[in-house]
Amino acid sequence: MEFARGHVLVCGGTGCTSSGSEQIIKEMEAQLKANGLEKEIQVVKTGCFGLCALGPIMIVYPEGAFYSRVQVEDVKEIVEEHLLKGRIVKRLLYDETIEEGSDNIKSLNEVTFYQKQLRIALKNCGVINPENIDEYIAFDGYKALGKVLTEMTPQEVIDVIKESGLRGRGGGGFPTGMKWQFTANSSNEKGKYVACNADEGDPGAFMDRSILEGDPHSVIEAMAIAAYAVGADQGYIYIRAEYPIAVKRLQIAIDQAKEYGLLGENIFDTGFNFNLELRLGAGAFVCGEETALMNSIEGMRGEPRPRPPFPAVKGLWEKPTLLNNVETYANICQIILNGAEWFQGIGTEKGKGTKVFALGGKINNTGLVEVPMGTTLREIVEEVGGGIPNGKKFKAAQTGGPSGGCIPAHLIDTPIDYDSLMAIGSMMGSGGLIVMDEDNCMVDIAKFFLEFTVDESCGKCTPCRVGTKRLYEILDKITKGQGTLEDLDRLEELSLMIKEGSLCGLGQTAPNPVLSTLKYFRDEYIAHVVDKKCPAGVCKDLLSYSIVADKCKGCSLCSRKCPVGAISGEIKSPFVIDNDKCIKCGACIESCKFGAIIKS
Amino acid sequence: MKSLADLEAIRKKTLDQVTLRKDEDGVRIIVGMATCGIAAGARPVMNAFMEEVAKRNLEHVAITQTGCIGMCRLEPIVEVILPDKEKVTYVKMSPEKVAKVVAEHIVNGNPVTEYTIGAAE
Repeated sequence: MEFARGHVLVCGGTGCTSSGSEQIIKEMEAQLKANGLEKEIQVVKTGCFGLCALGPIMIVYPEGAFYSRVQVEDVKEIVEEHLLKGRIVKRLLYDETIEEGSDNIKSLNEVTFYQKQLRIALKNCGVINPENIDEYIAFDGYKALGKVLTEMTPQEVIDVIKESGLRGRGGGGFPTGMKWQFTANSSNEKGKYVACNADEGDPGAFMDRSILEGDPHSVIEAMAIAAYAVGADQGYIYIRAEYPIAVKRLQIAIDQAKEYGLLGENIFDTGFNFNLELRLGAGAFVCGEETALMNSIEGMRGEPRPRPPFPAVKGLWEKPTLLNNVETYANICQIILNGAEWFQGIGTEKGKGTKVFALGGKINNTGLVEVPMGTTLREIVEEVGGGIPNGKKFKAAQTGGPSGGCIPAHLIDTPIDYDSLMAIGSMMGSGGLIVMDEDNCMVDIAKFFLEFTVDESCGKCTPCRVGTKRLYEILDKITKGQGTLEDLDRLEELSLMIKEGSLCGLGQTAPNPVLSTLKYFRDEYIAHVVDKKCPAGVCKDLLSYSIVADKCKGCSLCSRKCPVGAISGEIKSPFVIDNDKCIKCGACIESCKFGAIIKS
Repeated sequence: MKSLADLEAIRKKTLDQVTLRKDEDGVRIIVGMATCGIAAGARPVMNAFMEEVAKRNLEHVAITQTGCIGMCRLEPIVEVILPDKEKVTYVKMSPEKVAKVVAEHIVNGNPVTEYTIGAAE
């Protein structure tokens, strides 16, 4: 690589790739060539910057110009104006980065979206080219592994991790150092394994994917450190096949590390051996559960096994196995390099460090954020997330995916960490955070998550297999206006039974969306059951559309738009909707220019 | 790779190339690249700066362009800003003059007075 005076960083994460960043990179390279700049300007495909809502994203250094929603047609202008003549293309800049009243560009760290963030796990995401190990090394990559192998004993490594207070980022929040200690203490006779859980399956969650796409080496290096600490020499990353970009980059990263001798035999000439392989999952949610995951790696059906024995004692092929989540590993190297005290200084008393969240739903800055533990939900939603679109009101946030619960508006100032979320009936989960506004029906949300768990239950235990199905049926009944007040009690009773009776985490947490919505939004359930109304206007069977005669001009537009011919009337006199024929599609409301159609 | 020294060598080598992406204050070399600058030969000047910076393996140096600053008759104009120092403006630059500016000003911190706008006026 020669000296380049400018770097064009284009996001190559899944979000931006699906909005066309590949084509932008191709066009950029062609345009640079056409202008004779190909030797001066380096194009770098990076991982996710986090602001997925504004993709495709491009950052041009040294100016630090942050271009958002770049289209292929814009590339020529960027090359000819910015890169050739040094004139920044203002119309494409992310407007938050322009300093008011001047032409200066603000540094990214000054933008509200990044201001409250603290990037540890995502440190290199959007900064380096994940397919180039040299760039990872330039940002202190593999330094932690070198330090561990040459200066520390395995027990010292475990002690640092214990002291740091790091807890598992997959959702449960088990202290990571303890897990390492248990695995290290197990007998080493037949060998041990380290494994990485990259089977991220919650709807709306993409933290692990982004880390693996943007900084795969950070996980590989951490796994080698973990292997040294617990006494393993073989590792597996279990990743879902639906993450093709992450799989590809991981494989490239593993190959490069092998070529450099950072994986394989006698690493750093210390006699330490470590090999790493990928195992692809077929996308079953239950395989994110640790025992099911290990069954799947062994080539068996992805079904959970009873614990104990825990993986630290009997894991893969009955040998002691250390299994951590992607984000947990992504913190390890930074802890080794900066020390346990540094990490302890971040976060809350019981939740140290940061947490990555995938922000989704009714929020302006859909994307990936990393904030210190203890940041309140309000800060995440209103400041980092940029608030709720169209001036709507915040109603609830769903954390933890199908295993988590809803946090209602009156608890929006709850500082987020493992224990505070548990206390209010939700959970950290792996980090999906779905924001809901007043247009979301909470019964419908609960039904949505139950539909997911019904599909994903592996079927091994009856409480989960049959129980979730029955829960779903009761919810379905309620959304159709056929529920009774007894159904609400039945929901609760059944939920508690499923939680009690299931073998694995999937069943034990599957009723959480029902329980937490029942707890905080019981009035909505009652409205569905007693008044046969859906306050948010979502449940179709409880809606009726009508035309306000005073406002209707009799233009007949709605009648022409109606796909089932449910609207009739005479031109220039008020029309009427036949609710027996109406399928509640809402096409009439959208078409009416006079606001004469209402739903209730 | 068998040693920490090997790792450090790769780190150092690559750091020069990626240091641009860090928010750090370094030396900034700004070349006037408006029509007037380009016509007066700003591009060879810029290329010369890049070659010189690469040759000397200088860290924390950013080379950027800017538009017309209004003194077209003095182009190619190059501004050099060292951290916490006043901006120095060089005029009527040529690729030949670049090596001296890099060696004396950027490396040793002594502006080449004879090339500056003060000397030309």
